[in-house]
Amino acid sequence: MSDAPDPLANLSFEAALARLEAIVHKLEAGDASLEESIAIYTEGQALKKHCEDKLAGATARIEAIQLGADGAPVATKPFDA
Amino acid sequence: MDAPAINTPEYSVSELAHALKRTVEDSYGHVRVRGEISGFKRAASGHVYLSLKDDAAVIDGVMWKGVAGALPFRPEDGLEVIATGKLTTYPGRSKYQIVIERMEPAGVGALLAQLEARKAKLAAEGLFDADRKRALPYIPRVIGVITSPTGAVIRDILHRLADRFPRPVLVWPVLVQGDAAAGQVAAAIAGFNALPRGGPIPRPDLLIVARGGGSIEDLWAFNEEVTVRAVANSRIPIITAVGHETDTTLVDFASDHRAPTPTAAAERAVPVLAELRLTLTGLGLRADRAALRLLDLRRERLNAVAARQPSLRNLLGLRQQRFDDLAERLPRGLRATAQHWATRLTRAQLRPALLRQRRDSAAADLTRATTQLQTAARSVTTRDAQTLTASAARLRPHLLTAQHARAQARLEAASRLLDSLSPLGVLARGYAVVTDKAGKLVTAAEQARQHDALVLTFADGKLDVTTGVPLQGRLL
Repeated sequence: MSDAPDPLANLSFEAALARLEAIVHKLEAGDASLEESIAIYTEGQALKKHCEDKLAGATARIEAIQLGADGAPVATKPFDA
Repeated sequence: MDAPAINTPEYSVSELAHALKRTVEDSYGHVRVRGEISGFKRAASGHVYLSLKDDAAVIDGVMWKGVAGALPFRPEDGLEVIATGKLTTYPGRSKYQIVIERMEPAGVGALLAQLEARKAKLAAEGLFDADRKRALPYIPRVIGVITSPTGAVIRDILHRLADRFPRPVLVWPVLVQGDAAAGQVAAAIAGFNALPRGGPIPRPDLLIVARGGGSIEDLWAFNEEVTVRAVANSRIPIITAVGHETDTTLVDFASDHRAPTPTAAAERAVPVLAELRLTLTGLGLRADRAALRLLDLRRERLNAVAARQPSLRNLLGLRQQRFDDLAERLPRGLRATAQHWATRLTRAQLRPALLRQRRDSAAADLTRATTQLQTAARSVTTRDAQTLTASAARLRPHLLTAQHARAQARLEAASRLLDSLSPLGVLARGYAVVTDKAGKLVTAAEQARQHDALVLTFADGKLDVTTGVPLQGRLL
């Protein structure tokens, strides 16, 4: 791994969401120090954006597999159910 | 033929039919019968009509709507069941039927026995083990769907996916029924797994294997060992949704998640995008609120602490006031003190002037004392002197002198007289002075007689003499 400028780049949506939830709970518990609160709040903002970016690309594209003579898939074609 | 005596009572048709009805219904008011369902028909009314049969006989049956709707399974043709109910007759048609009040699958039929045996074998191999289950991706990038390309199943899945979270979907069309079905399904699973990552056909990271409801024979492809092994061996997580909710096939045991219906499979495959967005928004809001609350709490705590303190203004104010007061008094006090001490110092200073003053004072004192002394002395002296002078003045020396001179002269005259008159001179000339022993002159003989002793004074001395006067005559 090279030094990724975005430490969240490889973080899955689920992991990011879980981390964000943990941060929110911690913030809501209110037992973190002010410095830590600010730090995790900032992290939470980044996680939220990361998650939103992941959701932004949600598109439906339905294709059907086309099989070759050997039964292996060779291509896809738009699928219309 | 001659007619024998007819003793047999004669029934009307109705009488006989009703007699039969009574007999049948009384005798078979509660029966259990095992048979295979045939001619299953659900009427629009909701009532179910069917036949139960075995290899040699058939009996019609009916299940009223309430009973049919409450069945825990879906009865279908060919299903061997045990029906419980009562027999009734229908006199108008010379028919009898069973009114089914309860119905249950007949347990381990031949097919089911085979299924159980296979299940036990595959389970023993560990194909159904919980630790083989792969975690489903939370948001799959590409979803592969293995099902019939026609029919409700694929539509249900695609619609539900689109509703929840639009994703790229690859449909691998297969037969889901018949002899070829199992092989096609297994090949599709393996084929998706064989797709290279990053290849021209995107490799799904989640598979859905689905089929609509049907008889156990219809679903049999999903109980075949080849299908079950393909599912178990898939590296891509698989959701199975075969048949209806009550149907469970062996692929369901091998898959990573069993969905009761194709729609449920789609629901399990993806989260609801809108909900995720809401969740994210909600989390963002909660984070904001919590952060603000944290700040508020700290601010409140700070304010509370600050409020508990005397305000800076008051705190300083009181002290400022005291300070001002003191600051004002200080120079004054200082000045006063300094003055005081300066005064005292000035007074106390050993200045020549002071010394002089002291000395002068002392000298003055001394002088004064001296003066006083002198004055006193003088006054005494003066007084004396004055007295003296006065006396002296009164002395009138010239009078004295004159007196003196006169006295002198008189003295001289007297002396001369005296000399001339001096008894001594007289005496010298032979006179004697007679005195008594007291010295008193005795100038007359009479006097002399009165004394027994006299003193004769001569010029050169005295001589005690006795008079001749008797002692007894002496006057003493």
